[in-house]
Amino acid sequence: MTVAVCMDTCCRAKGAEGVWSALEAARRQLAEEVAEVELKQTAAHGLCERGPLVMIQPGDIFYLNVQEEDVPEIVRETILGGRVVESLLYEDPETGKKATSSDEIPFYAKQHRIVLRHNGVIDPTSIDDYVAAHGYEALAKALTEMTPEEVIAEVHLAGLRGRGGGGFPTARKWRSCREAAGEPKYVICNGDEGDPGAFMDRSIMEGNPHAVIEGIIIGAYAIGAHEGFIYVRNEYPLAVARMREAIEAARGHGLLGPDILGSGFSFDLRINRGGGAFVCGESTALMASLEGRVGEPREKYVHTVEAGLHDKPTCLNNVETWANVPEIISRGGEWFASIGTEGSKGTKVFSLVGNVRNTGLVEVPMGMTLREIVYDIGGGVADGKALKAMQTGGPSGGCIPASLLDSPVDFDRLSELGSMMGSGGLIVMDEDTCMVNVARYFVEFLQEESCGKCTACREGVAQMSHILNRICNGDGREGDVELLLDLCDIAESTALCALGRTAPNPVRSTIKHFGEEYHEHIREKHCPARECRGLFRYEILAEQCTGCGRCLKECPEEAITGERKQPHVIEQAKCVQCGACFEACRFSAIAKV
Amino acid sequence: MSEKKEATQTTGAAERVSLTIDGREVTVREGTSVLDAALSVGIEIPHLCYSPDLGLPPTGACRLCLVEVEGAKAPVASCVHPVAPGMVVRTDSDELRAHRRMIIDLLLSDHPHDCLTCEQAGACDLQKYAYLLNVKDSEYRGESVWPDPVQDGPAITYDKSKCILCGRCVEVCHNVQATGAIDFLGRGFETRIGLPPGLPRDDSVCVECGNCIDVCPTGALSYAGAQGQGREWEFERVTTVCPYCGCGCPLEMYIRDGRLIKITSTPSAEAARGLLCVKGRFGFDFIGHRDRLREPLIRRNGELTPGSWEEALDLVARRLTEIKERDGAEAVAGLASAKCTNEENYLMQKFVRAVVGTNNIDHCARLCHASTVAGLARAFGSGAMTNSIDDLGEAEAIFVIGSNTTECHPVIGSAIKRAVKSGRTRLIVADPRAIELTEMADLHLQQKPGTDVALINALANVILREGLEDRSFISERTEGFDELREVVSPYTPEFAEKIAGVAAPDIVEAARIYGSARAATIIYSMGITQHTTGTDNVLALANLAMLTGNIGRPGTGVNPLRGQNNVQGACDMGALPDVYPGYQKVADEEARTKFEEAWGVPLPASPGLTVVEMMNAAADGDVKALYIMGENPMLSDPDINHVGEALKKLDFLVVQDIFLSETAELADVVLPAAGFAEKEGCFTNTERRVQRVRKGLDPPGDARTDWSITCDLARRMGYRMSYPDADAIQDEIARLTPSYGGITYDRLEVRSLQWPCPDRDHPGTPILHAERFARGLGKFHPVEFIPARELPDDDYPFLLSTGRILQHFHTGTMSRHSEVLDELVSVGAVEMNTADAQGLGICEGDTVRITSRRGRIEIAARVTDRVPPGTVFLAFHFREAPANRLTIAALDPVAKIPEFKVCAVKVEAARPAR
Repeated sequence: MTVAVCMDTCCRAKGAEGVWSALEAARRQLAEEVAEVELKQTAAHGLCERGPLVMIQPGDIFYLNVQEEDVPEIVRETILGGRVVESLLYEDPETGKKATSSDEIPFYAKQHRIVLRHNGVIDPTSIDDYVAAHGYEALAKALTEMTPEEVIAEVHLAGLRGRGGGGFPTARKWRSCREAAGEPKYVICNGDEGDPGAFMDRSIMEGNPHAVIEGIIIGAYAIGAHEGFIYVRNEYPLAVARMREAIEAARGHGLLGPDILGSGFSFDLRINRGGGAFVCGESTALMASLEGRVGEPREKYVHTVEAGLHDKPTCLNNVETWANVPEIISRGGEWFASIGTEGSKGTKVFSLVGNVRNTGLVEVPMGMTLREIVYDIGGGVADGKALKAMQTGGPSGGCIPASLLDSPVDFDRLSELGSMMGSGGLIVMDEDTCMVNVARYFVEFLQEESCGKCTACREGVAQMSHILNRICNGDGREGDVELLLDLCDIAESTALCALGRTAPNPVRSTIKHFGEEYHEHIREKHCPARECRGLFRYEILAEQCTGCGRCLKECPEEAITGERKQPHVIEQAKCVQCGACFEACRFSAIAKV
Repeated sequence: MSEKKEATQTTGAAERVSLTIDGREVTVREGTSVLDAALSVGIEIPHLCYSPDLGLPPTGACRLCLVEVEGAKAPVASCVHPVAPGMVVRTDSDELRAHRRMIIDLLLSDHPHDCLTCEQAGACDLQKYAYLLNVKDSEYRGESVWPDPVQDGPAITYDKSKCILCGRCVEVCHNVQATGAIDFLGRGFETRIGLPPGLPRDDSVCVECGNCIDVCPTGALSYAGAQGQGREWEFERVTTVCPYCGCGCPLEMYIRDGRLIKITSTPSAEAARGLLCVKGRFGFDFIGHRDRLREPLIRRNGELTPGSWEEALDLVARRLTEIKERDGAEAVAGLASAKCTNEENYLMQKFVRAVVGTNNIDHCARLCHASTVAGLARAFGSGAMTNSIDDLGEAEAIFVIGSNTTECHPVIGSAIKRAVKSGRTRLIVADPRAIELTEMADLHLQQKPGTDVALINALANVILREGLEDRSFISERTEGFDELREVVSPYTPEFAEKIAGVAAPDIVEAARIYGSARAATIIYSMGITQHTTGTDNVLALANLAMLTGNIGRPGTGVNPLRGQNNVQGACDMGALPDVYPGYQKVADEEARTKFEEAWGVPLPASPGLTVVEMMNAAADGDVKALYIMGENPMLSDPDINHVGEALKKLDFLVVQDIFLSETAELADVVLPAAGFAEKEGCFTNTERRVQRVRKGLDPPGDARTDWSITCDLARRMGYRMSYPDADAIQDEIARLTPSYGGITYDRLEVRSLQWPCPDRDHPGTPILHAERFARGLGKFHPVEFIPARELPDDDYPFLLSTGRILQHFHTGTMSRHSEVLDELVSVGAVEMNTADAQGLGICEGDTVRITSRRGRIEIAARVTDRVPPGTVFLAFHFREAPANRLTIAALDPVAKIPEFKVCAVKVEAARPAR
């Protein structure tokens, strides 16, 4: 019997370590009674919101929200008794039906897992586990049966495009780098996942690090590189640890280092930790940072495949791209190309977050509609609210209104919608979301993360942020929308790197689809979603108010008056819209108007 | 080994690319940027961050230089976008103008609009483009918070509110000056330029060179001392040459109402690449100092009192004539000056030789590079730097020995650092102290002072042992190799380690780096020359270069860095006791006849006295009159107690200077002279580059140019010496000096010339000995190690070495009269090792007493591991604690240079330790 506990960052945050130690303690006690209990750690199973997750084989049993105190029951019932603990199973919110195995859960049923296929199944700290799951077979095939050109041809056939945001054809990048003059050549894995709320790459590194390494080695072989770097942000200590262990293990097994698998091909890999600057996810800034310089982008008229790290030909792909490579080599480019749409092949991992019932990591075939992702996989909007918009592509992505819910998701379609694939963030927004505030939030983030090098981004995005802030503060002026659009133009056409050039997306897309909200903020000084402080009022609904006095006690400004058991009143002149009363009221007697 | 030569000749013909810019066909080299291509045909594209002047790489930051390229999705930044065949570029359109206006608008959104009072008004690029694009105010102007300008230190002011973050200053600091003191701090809108947070300028690696000011396109970086002193259109600008060290950096004087307000570099500058150091840029205010000499002074009743020129010149002429007639011409001696122009030095030596009738003419080159002149002349036939500063970048290995380059020749120091930072050049530094260059060196060989011959011979030993010598060069270009092989054979690394204290494996490694480089250069300075074995040291280095064929090609050579702005020129002009101008020997009859005919008088055949010999002769009563032009032996010469006694014993001492120096205080007559900014002429820098010095200011009071004083004296002594201007003197120099034969002011107006330049069509010579050595074959002179004259013993247990620091110069006559430099470093200090200080109970800043067999000084202690245990180091700039009261006047037997670098001293706490 195998008991697997998901031990990634999400599940740890929810108490997986306690579950693990309790299971370990139990196992020691059980050692005589049930000899074959194998405990194993996995990671990044996907349904992160419901962690800690425990998977038990045989029986394909999938427990959610497991806590330390549930362990005795699992031991008693499932491990010793062979029975399922109903209370730990997934329950369909509509039908109330319990699902024993993960396949029965809609969240998983609609996914197509290539990159995440081993996540939650194998132990990321065990190279043997990966090898047992046919790991490194693709590498062996590439090194022994294929020439570098054939590897590139296979990736070309697959139609793989870079998963880091740009969607550049991977095979073309590899070929350019292979053909570029100059030695040595480098490969880089970009693990500097900086989008707030995005954790695809982290989950892959934590859950299946060897797939990334295997992909990188295959790519290095195709390109002719003998040295590689994995750049991981320092905020990902577990991912760093997992990758480091995996590199050591691969080296120990002769999969890294000189003469890999007796093929004569030599390659080694190092980890570099980034300092958490968002802009260092940009390839040239990342390379500058790797060289020990200030992490600022440069113009790419000379492509990094020709002159990248240390001015040598350098191929940079992100974690997910590299992780796709082994399956492409194993199962063939044709198979991969059979999944997805005309221009976007294969699958894409999204981090599905926001006001959605099932948040977590999902991998879907390219071309699936937003509706399928949000409703079928995500279970729809949380708390029964109406869907307002979906934001994709990270902070510099755009907002897509609910009316476009049936749009298929792929690189090109998202760009047409004024958003982008980015690295795969997908934020679901409900009716209570102020779209101006959303734009303000993302632009502020981008402004703070701008490296400050080029005028358009440093000054232009800062001015966007100033204007959005003043609109949200109720100081918006007639003409501000036009100023914003001018700034969008200048940033789009003149910023040095993609950070600046895509920074207008949140602004432009919200102006396009939710322009009325801007006008309401500016002209009527009112926030229709009642999110922007100062642009709505808190009022006490007399018919609901019981006069309990709770709100009165909480108000820091002494703005609320009223006799006990009598409806209370907010003195608007004193109110600072802190929301303390709203939070405090147990009778829904306080409304935002 | 002949592939060495071929490999450096890698000038492949770059492809030409044709494109169309604004309808015009333009053809440029492949790899050229669109902006440079446009500029090359006179099409202006607005740009703020790109500044090609100092060779700064474009960064594409400001986005103002956007142009439209047919087929491109968006406008491209022309400064970084390379040309492509058939490319069609538009540099102006409504859309581009709109973009550019918007960029300027955004830059102005948080920029104070105080052009009315801004220092940069009229020279500000932001102002220029706001005007050209008609951006009156910013659409995005918000509530701005403008922090006060930061002025930390006396030199540089940074006003963040005016900074447009173009990054030029960062680029120049990192990539040209190669210091890397400042950088971008923070991110996004909060980005600013600064030193590492919390670090005051004093404690940072900033060397206050101010090169960042020159490249700043706005008023963000400015001269602290020039605030409110005038604006662009109010200045008269005069280009001249720096009066400090031998780098010879061209500079531009900004003059208003007869006052020198500031100095900037000149971008086209060949020698300096447009860089200046802290002295050149900020150390000019001595020129207007209130203590400048304004009138002649005559000693009456023991007091120096003002007198007229008539009186003073008559007196000098009478006394010199009397002494000459009474005691013979040999009783008179003259000191020329490495600070004065070629023309003035030429006339001074002519005066001493033709008017007085003696070869007793010398100058302070004796104290710095006499051994270079002697050594390199023997080995190669010419005693000057073989290569140019600019070709350092082509060296695969640089061997710096006995040169604290970054402090003493800062601009050359930067060139070395640039080369090393490029990754193509390896650096070996041999120095007893852990000088700045050792931080980036591949190897630091920390030899004991005075053991250079042993170390260099060991390098030769390893090179021969490992077969790294250039056999074809040795056989075709040199003689005396067998003798060298024999002499260096016992100098194994292990043997040298015992003498020099450098680990044998390091010696082997250094020899391999130097010996296997395709082009390797040697840079040295006074750490090599100022020894009793100075000439031997130089010969040993020449051996090393010839052994490996590192002569006559770019990136090779034996390169002495000359100390003073015109020490090379003063030597070239024959201000030496044994040679006429152009190193024509006085003992050579043909040469003597030539000068006798030219000057119309018989000339003495025997060489005269050197500097230290003059002092000894004065002390002995053999020299009775001394005429000193612009030198200060009372601080610069070794054993100055002895120098003082000698000078006091003279019957007559004339000193001609810009300040009442320590030497002038002893004079019978003091003649006030014009400073560098107050006269026309030429200086010759360390790389033999002759450059024009131009007059921007009138001398103070009655002060006069040195050359006109010399002429007046000559006439009063019955010799017709008269020139309409400095130009005419140069013409005479050219006629009599073969290596200067083609140098005229007309040509120098266009560009500087490196001698030899024998005729008017000759382009000058950047690299000496390219085809053949000046003496025909290069000659190996095997040398044996000889210990320094005075080594530490029980009574005087420390070894004292002397030298310079970055912020001051020589005897401080100029730099100590500069407020900025004196504020930066106002007192001297003795560097001593931590272990030694602890042993003596001395803490940082304590006053210590240093005593040698010749004198005693008191000075503050600087406790540092820059110096090894057992060694102390003093700079000799400070009259309050003159290092040369301690030094020994032991001389190199050939070059007669004193051993400033080694003597024995005792160190003790002057007051009880805290």
